[in-house]
Amino acid sequence: MKLVSRNFATPDSHKLAVYEQSGGYARIRKALEMEPQKIIDEVITSNLRGLGGAGFPAGRKWSFLPKGNPKPRYLVVNADEGEPGTCKDKYIMTYDPHLLLEGIMIASWAINSHTCFIYIRGEYVKQARILEEAIAEAKAAGYLGDKIFGKDFPLEVIVHRGAGAYICGEETSLLNSLEGQRGWPRLKPPFPAVEGYLACPTIVNNVETISYVPWVIELGGQKFAELGSERNGGLRLYSVSGCVNKPGVYELPMGTPLREIIFEHAGGLPEGRTLKAVIPGGSSAPVLTAAEIDIPMDFDSLAKAGSMLGSAGIIVFDDSVNLVEALAVLIRFYAHESCGQCTPCREGTGWMRKIIARVLDGGGRPADPDNLLRIANNIIGRSICPLGEAASLPVIGFVTKFRAEFEEYIATSRKVDAPATTSRMAAAL
Amino acid sequence: MGSATVKLTIDGREVEVPSGTRVIEAAKKLGIEIPHYCYHPALSIAGSCRMCLVEIEKFPKPAISCHTVAADGMVVHTDSGVAKQARAAMLEFLLANHPLDCPICDQAGECKLQQYYMTVGQYDSALLDNKVKKSKAKIIGPHVMLDSERCILCSRCVRFTDEISKSHELGIFNRGDHSELSNYPGMSLDNPYSGNVVDICPVGALTDRDFRFKVRVWYLDSAPSICHGCARGCNIRVDYLTRRLHHNDGKRIARFKPRFNPEVNGHWICDAGRYSYKTLEDEDRLYNPRVTDGNGDNPGWNAITGRIADALSSHISEYGVGSVAVIASASMTNEEMWAARQLFYDGLKIEKIAWRIPPGPDDIDDDLLIRADKNANTFGAEQIFGPMTHAADVQQVLDKIAEGKIKAWIVLDRDLSPAFGEEKIRKLTGGLKFSLYAGSHLHATSRSCRFLLPTAVFTEKEGTITNFSGRVQYFPLVVPPLGDALPMLEALSRLSAALKLEPISTDPGAVFTALAGDIAHFKGTSYAELIKRWAPISKIPS
Repeated sequence: MKLVSRNFATPDSHKLAVYEQSGGYARIRKALEMEPQKIIDEVITSNLRGLGGAGFPAGRKWSFLPKGNPKPRYLVVNADEGEPGTCKDKYIMTYDPHLLLEGIMIASWAINSHTCFIYIRGEYVKQARILEEAIAEAKAAGYLGDKIFGKDFPLEVIVHRGAGAYICGEETSLLNSLEGQRGWPRLKPPFPAVEGYLACPTIVNNVETISYVPWVIELGGQKFAELGSERNGGLRLYSVSGCVNKPGVYELPMGTPLREIIFEHAGGLPEGRTLKAVIPGGSSAPVLTAAEIDIPMDFDSLAKAGSMLGSAGIIVFDDSVNLVEALAVLIRFYAHESCGQCTPCREGTGWMRKIIARVLDGGGRPADPDNLLRIANNIIGRSICPLGEAASLPVIGFVTKFRAEFEEYIATSRKVDAPATTSRMAAAL
Repeated sequence: MGSATVKLTIDGREVEVPSGTRVIEAAKKLGIEIPHYCYHPALSIAGSCRMCLVEIEKFPKPAISCHTVAADGMVVHTDSGVAKQARAAMLEFLLANHPLDCPICDQAGECKLQQYYMTVGQYDSALLDNKVKKSKAKIIGPHVMLDSERCILCSRCVRFTDEISKSHELGIFNRGDHSELSNYPGMSLDNPYSGNVVDICPVGALTDRDFRFKVRVWYLDSAPSICHGCARGCNIRVDYLTRRLHHNDGKRIARFKPRFNPEVNGHWICDAGRYSYKTLEDEDRLYNPRVTDGNGDNPGWNAITGRIADALSSHISEYGVGSVAVIASASMTNEEMWAARQLFYDGLKIEKIAWRIPPGPDDIDDDLLIRADKNANTFGAEQIFGPMTHAADVQQVLDKIAEGKIKAWIVLDRDLSPAFGEEKIRKLTGGLKFSLYAGSHLHATSRSCRFLLPTAVFTEKEGTITNFSGRVQYFPLVVPPLGDALPMLEALSRLSAALKLEPISTDPGAVFTALAGDIAHFKGTSYAELIKRWAPISKIPS
């Protein structure tokens, strides 16, 4: 079954005419006949979760908007898809921009917002252009503008390009960036639903979350919920990368076992290789060992297993991968992307980068694994935004679950010449 | 919600605070100082240093006490294992890239990193790797030097320039552990309040270019005082040396720092006031009594006051008292003004006592602290001299000298040349038959007088001044007068004795009591009360 990815393979699927041929823009027509509260109720029933990574129920988020606040409300679509291992939003925006727009229209009607920003990461140049074209088409058709579908409901959608910072995917940094300020996370409370863009009530939702909203309307909340697992409604896009035969984006029900995704849908590992480790939900999610992959891919099951579904970016490592080097890449990424606002993340990620760089360079010491764990644990729960956790969880996961590999690396790398790739990597760190 | 106060428990003690109070302030009420860097009560909350983490029961993880609002029934632990471990960890992070250059850092001795390291730090270093290199000794403004390696990026200075001085010169650039404080390209930190960023910098990142490398702060003593730079009367702390004067070019006063007073200046002072200490002991100080046409010897106070009395008496008998004017400084204390009124008006019957000079075109009231009126006690002068004088404006006196109607003047601690021009003053005084200057400095006005009496600057005496809003503020003696200088009150008293007039008390308290019995504005105020009103001072500003 395919919902969001149904049009991905259709030629010219990004064009309005093609989208309408496949039943596009019927759901918004239906939604405009519904009471906004009824839509919110359907989304709550559907168990549609926040698919950017946090997994917060979308309908409940919408219902946090304060009642009786005279300020305008904003819908902000988070298209700053930066989580390593994740490329699902890119597919939606490339192949089905009108699905996203239809979702935006329904959500805006539901929460009574007349301005929507799509905050898209700066690197998605092509996608930003596709979105602009789709918006122009929808506007020309009267689907956006002063009276959408002839109804007395104005709606404008504005594409705002970021400048290439991972932190701007965090919703409050995103809002600061959107306002023209430095992309630093804000202290919470207040939450964006109460004080967001320009201190007005704001809902920030991921591209994928909004793209499923038309399907909630078409199928009904109850039916959508039944497609997934308990409290994890519907389907979602899994981005599979790494050591598999068929990397790509797969739309499967919530709760599909990880083993099934890797070995059935993504074509399994290359000939002769064995599975070593899997990151199940974007690089921030703690790694799973080969023995831990018989797990349903939904928010609650992975949380219970000490990892997270996150953005469902699945990264597969086989026995050819050196996990010390793999972790070095991740640490380097987080140290580079830490915004520098709060102490633990700014200093902690940088410190871990120095340690792992020294280890790769053959200068590792026996105390390094424990020091990495200590630093990571000192960051967790003390930073302003989740980037601190995102940087620490992989360190804790890798070092705890594959400690022997780290100890061996530290013990032997002093004696043998490091492979050229490793030295290059150490220099890059 | 709704109730005006909330009750919470901090470290086992209950405290009631207005609703909306942050936990860090509630703890302060109990006398508990929660370590912090980025939090400052006068600035917006950044919540970035994470040093003020505390354990709050029923919270899933440690919370920052600067941002968490106190709630009814909240149970806070500032000293539990969780809180202590969190703080030690944050301090370890802050020090990870902080240079160990305390021996050459000006902040040493008043540095929050040092202070908290001693109290809450983790003593064993786990750091094996190199620290991040950043720019050092970078001049970011006329008064401020930046050492980026020492900076802990608390953003207090950035928020100060955004929210208080509203001049927006500073920002934080780059990301992660390469984040660096700097001035925006093409901008210099030269707003009228720039020195305050040094005070609020909790570490040695921003240092005062004026104070840099002068004195180790532990050699300094501190006394509370009142700035005399304008009519605001900002509360200040005077940092001074009594030994090792060679560290400070032989000068005793090393710097002025703001002293918190919510009713006058809050946490701040302006740069003009901050650096006004330099004139207190500069090379233009008048140390000895002097007769300008004499042989240059120091005649001593007794001889010179005798000669002045003789000269003044014979002048009055020859030209009449109407030919004499007094020009008083509007920065003299209330007591000195009262004594001057006693001596010159009640005693000698001189009816022209002038103090008023309109502010220059560049002097304006700003909306923070600075007042156009650069005199410390104009309000007092209006009250004390106002009712009796026949010539309040200095301009009137100068006009009458030009007309030849005034032939003698007595100038009390004021240089007229900045307002009227050196040439004009010299020309006018050339025609005077008698001229006396009692004041602290040599300048165009004093040099053109015949008799010079050296008096103390405000750090060398005690007294009260009244600021523009009528607030009477006491300041104490910090250091004894230089050379043969005497407090103005003492000088006026000696002059009165030489003239064989009613004795004038040299005790400011007694003079204030007499003044308060006469002038309506001061009625009901006692000197002892004013002394009590001093805010206590702490060596390390919060």
